Amino acid sequence: MSNNSANWLTRFHRLGSPPSFYHLAGMLMPWVAFVCVALFAAGLYWGLVLAPADYQQGESYRIIYIHVPSAWMSMLVYAVLAASSAISLIWRMKLAEALARASAPIGATYTFLALATGSLWGKPMWGTWWVWDARLTSELILLFLYFGYMALVVAIEDKRTASRAGAVLALVGVVNLPIIHFSVEWWNTLHQGPTVTKFDQPSIALSMLIPLLLMAGAFKFHYLYAMLARVRVEILDSERRTAWVNTLVTQRPS
Amino acid sequence: MIEFFQMGGYAIYVWPAYAITAVALILTVVSPLRRRVQIICELTDVAAQDDANRSE
Repeated sequence: MSNNSANWLTRFHRLGSPPSFYHLAGMLMPWVAFVCVALFAAGLYWGLVLAPADYQQGESYRIIYIHVPSAWMSMLVYAVLAASSAISLIWRMKLAEALARASAPIGATYTFLALATGSLWGKPMWGTWWVWDARLTSELILLFLYFGYMALVVAIEDKRTASRAGAVLALVGVVNLPIIHFSVEWWNTLHQGPTVTKFDQPSIALSMLIPLLLMAGAFKFHYLYAMLARVRVEILDSERRTAWVNTLVTQRPS
Repeated sequence: MIEFFQMGGYAIYVWPAYAITAVALILTVVSPLRRRVQIICELTDVAAQDDANRSE
């Protein structure tokens, strides 16, 4: 039993080492890509073709299938950024630093998409591209938090010091997450309230909810793929003078 | 079919939203894939250089 658990621990430890994560990520990526493309195909077909038009918003509501998953991911990825920052501060784990650095630009992309698609939805429905209401403003602050993290991390020469400084910024920014989530309840906003995550029952028809969940799944796998690809680049870049990278490069058929 | 692309008159909002999303999602995946190949090429050059220096 103790032997077993020790085995499990060493395996977990080895997974955290840059070379084994690099190889594991390389093996996982084709499968992640496959699931991601399948979910996108199903979600897009269901959302754009099969799902009925909204009785109030007509066809314009179909922006929901990219807007809401982007907005969810913008917050989820920030949570990953903050969690891996905390781990890298406490245990000085290199892989956690790579995960944080890799996640920031992807999270910034989702945040940008949430704002851009929201703007394209707001124009026909509210009559304006932008309002300084609580939801939109707090999401914009999230974008600036991502930019701040990315700028800080590249500005400091020493990589490990840079990661530590970035980690502190990422953790301070966590206060923004509940503000974004509850902004539509705490303040009177133009943005509509939650439809899916309400505790009693989601106020969205099943024929619209299913494609939304498919798209949300597709975005999750997209993040997983982009994250694995970026962590591999981070590992390769910071370990370029090590023996294992050298064998990796020289054993490649050129 | 034409009806589908008209999106009930909201085509100028719906399709740009989908187009921006498609471009952004593809770029976030393609850029690290290209960067990895680029780093490996750099390192292969360095390794070849080392070999050449050693044989001289």
